[in-house]
Amino acid sequence: MNTATVTSQASVSERAKAVAAALILGFVLVYTVGFAASANVHNAAHDARHGLAFPCH
Amino acid sequence: MVTRVLTVSLLAGLLAGLLISALQHVTTTPLILKAETYEAALRAQPAPMQAAFNGEARIHLAHGPAAHGDKGVGDEHEWKPQDGFQRTAFTSLVTIGTAIGFAALLLAGMIAVNERIDERRALAWAVCGFLAFGLAPAMGLAPELPGAAAAELQHRQLWWLMTAAVTAGALFVFLRVEASWARALAVLALLLPHLIGAPHPAAPESRVPAEIAAHFAALSLAIQAALWLATGFAVGVLWPWAARRSAATAAA
Repeated sequence: MNTATVTSQASVSERAKAVAAALILGFVLVYTVGFAASANVHNAAHDARHGLAFPCH
Repeated sequence: MVTRVLTVSLLAGLLAGLLISALQHVTTTPLILKAETYEAALRAQPAPMQAAFNGEARIHLAHGPAAHGDKGVGDEHEWKPQDGFQRTAFTSLVTIGTAIGFAALLLAGMIAVNERIDERRALAWAVCGFLAFGLAPAMGLAPELPGAAAAELQHRQLWWLMTAAVTAGALFVFLRVEASWARALAVLALLLPHLIGAPHPAAPESRVPAEIAAHFAALSLAIQAALWLATGFAVGVLWPWAARRSAATAAA
């Protein structure tokens, strides 16, 4: 068994950490661009929200 | 692995986001700008009547501007990107942000169930992502141009999130669980948000011609599908690359 196969077989805890990081990044970004109520964020994101059919206004 | 998730999300989102921003610039955004001219005309026109007739004023409130502090009365005091380059830049930035977010969610799902991440599988997950986050919510809340009447924002956002989450879960169960009772439940769950129904306004009030609105709805869905597919493809290409790279550094 060489190093490559060891690194590709990620441990459960390593996977859990990766999933948590990805979920946090994903939710924070999608919430900010699509849902945040701040007027400034809304105005900046306005056209993209409409264009990607997030609920807007 | 955390570093690889972040790297691949960022790179995949950046690539897909840039591509889709360019598409938006020539498809949906011109229609939004066009719709705004109708919206502005509507706002300008009944202004003198507003003071005289209560009914007119109420229509304006339902229209959204005052209630959400978005456009209209307090318009001048609020920051918003200037038309032209700045506005395009922000739209592109937000689209890239959305793509990075979708890429991260895609990776979260695939890693959580220990799926092998390659081009074909990432694309298949991206198709399901579009069904759950794009198509299913759009069946209740059709992509809207500025100026369209809509129910209260929080209710729509809640319905959107609930529909996306339930649809994603139901698709996963249907595709990955063999038991027929689980599949039946999944189909029921797919229908549930639509049986509950999305919040809708009492009456339509947009002055934007229906042809433009219909064109926009179709374009918006196509752009979303393209965003998901481009993101999924980029994730599928970049993940094995990042894995090889980290394996190489570990071996060295």
